[in-house]
Formats: sequence, structure tokens, C-alpha cells
Amino acid sequence: MVSSNDPGWNNGKDAGKDGVSRRSFMVTLGASAAAASLSQAAQAALPKGQDAQPESDVRGPGETSLTLNVNGQSRTIKAEPATTLLDALRQKMGLTGPKEICDRGACGGCSVIINGNLVASCMMLAADAEGAAITTIEGLSKDGALDPVQESFIRHDALQCGYCTPGFVMAGRALLDKKPKPTLAEIKKALSGNICRCGTYTNVFNAILEASGQPPVMDSAPGA
Amino acid sequence: MNPFSLARPKDHAATHALLTGRRFSLPLLKGGGMDVVDHLKEGLWKPDVVIDTRHLRAPGASAPISKDGQTIRIEAWATMSEIAASDILLKDAPCVAHAVGSAASPQVRNVGTAAGNLLQRPRCWYYRNEQFQCLKKGGGTCFAFEGENKFHAIFGEGPCYIVHPSNLAPALCITDAVVHLHGGKRASLPITDLYHTPDKGIRTEHNLEPGEIVTHITLSPAPVSGFYAIKEKQSFDWPLAFACAALQLDGSTIRSARVCAGAVAPVPWLLPGVDAALKGVDLDDDKALRAACAKATEGARPLSQNAYKLTMLPVAVRRAVLMAAGKKVEA
Ligand SMILES: Cc1cc2nc3c(=O)[nH]c(=O)nc-3n(C[C@H](O)[C@H](O)[C@H](O)COP(=O)(O)OP(=O)(O)OC[C@H]3O[C@@H](n4cnc5c(N)ncnc54)[C@H](O)[C@@H]3O)c2cc1C
Ligand code: SF4
Ligand code: FES
Ligand code: FES
Repeated sequence: MVSSNDPGWNNGKDAGKDGVSRRSFMVTLGASAAAASLSQAAQAALPKGQDAQPESDVRGPGETSLTLNVNGQSRTIKAEPATTLLDALRQKMGLTGPKEICDRGACGGCSVIINGNLVASCMMLAADAEGAAITTIEGLSKDGALDPVQESFIRHDALQCGYCTPGFVMAGRALLDKKPKPTLAEIKKALSGNICRCGTYTNVFNAILEASGQPPVMDSAPGA
Repeated sequence: MNPFSLARPKDHAATHALLTGRRFSLPLLKGGGMDVVDHLKEGLWKPDVVIDTRHLRAPGASAPISKDGQTIRIEAWATMSEIAASDILLKDAPCVAHAVGSAASPQVRNVGTAAGNLLQRPRCWYYRNEQFQCLKKGGGTCFAFEGENKFHAIFGEGPCYIVHPSNLAPALCITDAVVHLHGGKRASLPITDLYHTPDKGIRTEHNLEPGEIVTHITLSPAPVSGFYAIKEKQSFDWPLAFACAALQLDGSTIRSARVCAGAVAPVPWLLPGVDAALKGVDLDDDKALRAACAKATEGARPLSQNAYKLTMLPVAVRRAVLMAAGKKVEA
């Protein structure tokens, strides 16, 4: 049985090939028990005198205006619903701190903090961040002073090329906001979604330990 | 991503109306969107409307995770992080909290929801790649069968060899969980009836009807329960094999056990043979414990590249049992 939640049916090639959408399929089979009982359920759930399309806030598919609260500032942009938060930040707001690396939620390079939680902005629709407090790496420094996590990354040389670094710093900041003195195991867990092609993890862990006022527990990599 | 409209219906009835009404032809529900956005980016799905569900509240919904008498309740919109950190679950059904806490990364767990985790689609790389029109996508071939199948199933009769991707589902299978629904003919479905094997339908993994929306999940306490996963990278990766175990103990003797494996079959894989063999086993008798856990691979038929899972699965089962009993597990 095909399901609207699991679009085996919602395959571009299929729809194109047969030229039938699920809607026309359902209409063709209008008498089918499932379809009938479903629409009855919908009717029954509605107060009398209302049609079968109760209120829903629907926007798009074209651009609509979208207001995001980024780094303490409310900013309004025009964006399609299909715009990811990462694209909104980088391309519409010029905030290029969050990096696009894997584009699939797997590397952490695009990490931002939303209402205190670390998220991968490449996998979030910008519209889903409406009304939330978004912090990017650009928002960490206060009055020209770097965040302690940033300072500590510099001191520990916790990067090689630095492309993944904004994501690591955000993961560290999100952790320390919830847990000011994390153990090494907790640091490793909190940073597990940030993946770097180079071998600088030891320095990253030391940087976060130090930023939380704890002594580094591991030797820095040779030459670091 | 192709353009689509984004809808925020005011309640479940409005959601159902959008799913079944005439206004849109290819509606798609969204929880956190982790799996939905992945499909949209890959061009696998082309919905004309994406319907957000996270703000919908079922009657009786309070906190993301709550407990009323002997019934634990997880809302559809509870995030994986909330599940992993829930005091209720950590105390009364630790296998659920630990299974979800072990899944993915903080970034994913902070967004992914309970319903979305149960209904996420498989990770088979042929399925995920737009270029491969495999059986699951209406084509004529399972590319994994003769191709790259290292991460695929060791159980099941085919003709599709995915492993079910959810960490949550196997834990719910040993805690008598029930999935509550809105918009269909039935109000709920036991978790063990939520999925079907590929021979019963290859295009989808679950048994929801068009228009059905998951509202919440209820489950029974299993305070002596545990989870163990083996991954290529233990801190963050998809599991190669994992197990959830719920026990009833008499001192150190297992009075009864329920074990469900994950990442080894197209559906959460219950292991009744292991359950029976564990009965009466003394946890301190490691030889007997290992013998019982070895039954986990009975009936397995590995593919060309995944026989290694035959060695791994009994280890995962044994460690899940030890975790359940609060024993130390070697790293
Ligand atoms: C790098 C990475 C690693 C991962 N590792 C793991 C792992 O180890 N273990 C694991 O379990 N998962 C893992 N995941 C998958 C992740 O957990 C899921 O993608 C996530 O749980 C999906 O939840 P969601 O709320 O975002 O779902 P969505 O993407 O919003 O939805 C998923 C599906 O559920 C349907 N749906 C959503 N809500 C409802 C509802 N209320 N009623 C009916 N249908 C609904 C949607 O239509 C869609 O088909 C990983 C993901 C990534 C990116
Ligand atoms: S295992 Fe299933 S999803 Fe993967 S290629 Fe085979 S049929 Fe397709
Ligand atoms: S770019 Fe977003 S997680 Fe990799
Ligand atoms: S410093 Fe270059 S990818 Fe991490």
C-alpha cells in the first residue's frame, strides 16, 4: 500500500512516466474504502458548515518574506520554503562563518546554535528557524572580544586548514553553555558530529578543556 | 531542492485534510526534517507541499516524555535528545534512552523526532542515490545483492536487503510499545505491526495508510533493560549491529528475556530463540551466557560482504544483556 507519509509514490520519475499523481490516482479510485473512510474521518473532525479544508498556514512555493533572529538581530529576507537555513545565512545574510561541507548533516561544518541547541543548518529549512534565537560563529564575540572557546582554539592551535573550525567552536560553545565543566568523555560525545579531515582532535579537546577552566589532559600533537 | 509549499496546519484534522484533500497532489509530512531534507536534496522526492507536524499536540500531550501510572508516553515531536536525556526513560526504560542517545550526532538528535526516527527511510546507498532505479524505487534490480552490501541485511528472504535504520524501533519492540495514529480507520498500531518485510511490499517499510499521522507512542516500563551497538567509529556512526535486551532477574539468574536486534534485517529483528535460551542462565556463568547469545544468528544468511555481522551480533546481544543487568562491559 502506498502511503502519503512514505512517498514511494512520490518519485519524480514515476509521476512523470505515468503522468499520474497520487491525487488523480485517489480520485480514480474514489470509491476505495480507504479513501472514503479517510475523507469521512476528516469531515467528522470538522465543525458543521465548514468545508473540508480547515485552516492551515501555507506559504510558497515562491519567495515569501521570512524574519529570522540571528545573533540578536531581527532580519527579514525573501526566501522560498525550499531554502535551507545554511543558504539563508550564507547567501541571503552574508554570514559565511557556517560552512557547507557535506551538505547532508554528517560533518558538522554548518553548525549553529538554535535556542541553545547545536543543529546542522544545512539540513534545516530556514522557515523552521523562524521565531528561534539563532547564533552563528559571527555572534560569539562580544564587544570586539573573542569567545573564550575561540581564544582557546587559537592558543592550542586547534586547527589545520580551519574550514571545519567554526563548526567545532559552535559545538564547544553549545556544550559549555549546558555543562560548564565537562569531562573529556562528554567533550568527545558533544563533538562527535563534527568531523575533520585532518588530525587535530587532540588540540580541539585540549582547547575546550582549557576554555572550561580545566587543565588539558592530553599531550598536544607533535609540532603543535 | 525543487520548490514546494510549506504548510503549518493548525491541528491534526487540518493536517489530515491537507494530506487527503484536493489542494495538493503530492503532500509530504515532516517532523524534524532530517530525513525529508535529505530526500529532497537528492531529488528522490518532489512534493508540492511539505507539512510541518512538530507543533501539533495530541489530546493529553504535556511534556515530550511523560508517565501516567505504568504507561510511558513519548510524543511524536519529542526530539531524540529529549528522549536520550529523559529521566523517566533512563530510569524506567533505559534501553530506549540509550538506543536513541547512541544514534547519530548531537546535531541530528537535537532535531530528529520520535515519529521521524521510526519512519525514516533506509540508508542503502543505491536507494539514496538518484542514479540507481532499484527495486525499492520501482526498478527491476536490487543492486546491493550482487553489489556493495557490506552494511546490508543478514536476515530476511529479500528481494530487498536493507537494514531498518531506526535505533528507536528495536527498543520499542521489547517494551510493548504502541504507535498512536490520527486520520485513519484505527487509533493505534502495536510497534511490532508497524513494519513489514520486503516480500510483503518493497516500496515502503511501514504499514501506515495514506493520511495517517503518528501522534504519540506509549510503552511499558522495562527498568532492567539495555542497549549495545557496534560501529566502525564508536562515537558517531551508523551501527553495524546492535541489540536491545529487557530482562527479569532473580538475583543473577535470568527469569525471562526479550531481545531485539537492529541493523541486521529489513525490520527490527526479534530473537525469540535467544529469549528462550537465556531463560535460567546465570549472568555470572559467562559460558552459558555466550552459548545462549550465539543463537542470535540462527537462520541468518549473509550476503557476499557482510558475514562479519555473524560474529558481531552475538557480541552485541551479550553486551546488551550485561548492560541491562548493570554489569560492566568490556570496551
Ligand atoms: C549523519 C547522520 C547519522 C545518523 N545516524 C543514525 C543512527 O545511527 N540511528 C538512527 O536511528 N538514525 C540515524 N540517523 C537518522 C536520523 O535519526 C533520522 O533522519 C531522524 O530521526 C528523522 O527524524 P525527523 O523528525 O527529522 O524525520 P523527518 O525527516 O521529518 O521525517 C522522516 C519520515 O517520517 C515521516 N513523518 C515524520 N513525522 C511524522 C508523523 N508525525 N506522522 C507520520 N509520518 C511522519 C515523514 O513523512 C518522513 O517520511 C542519522 C542521520 C544522519 C544525518
Ligand atoms: S537493498 Fe533494497 S534499497 Fe538497496 S538496492 Fe536492493 S532493493 Fe534497492
Ligand atoms: S555541511 Fe551541514 S553537516 Fe556537513
Ligand atoms: S582543520 Fe581542515 S578540515 Fe579540520
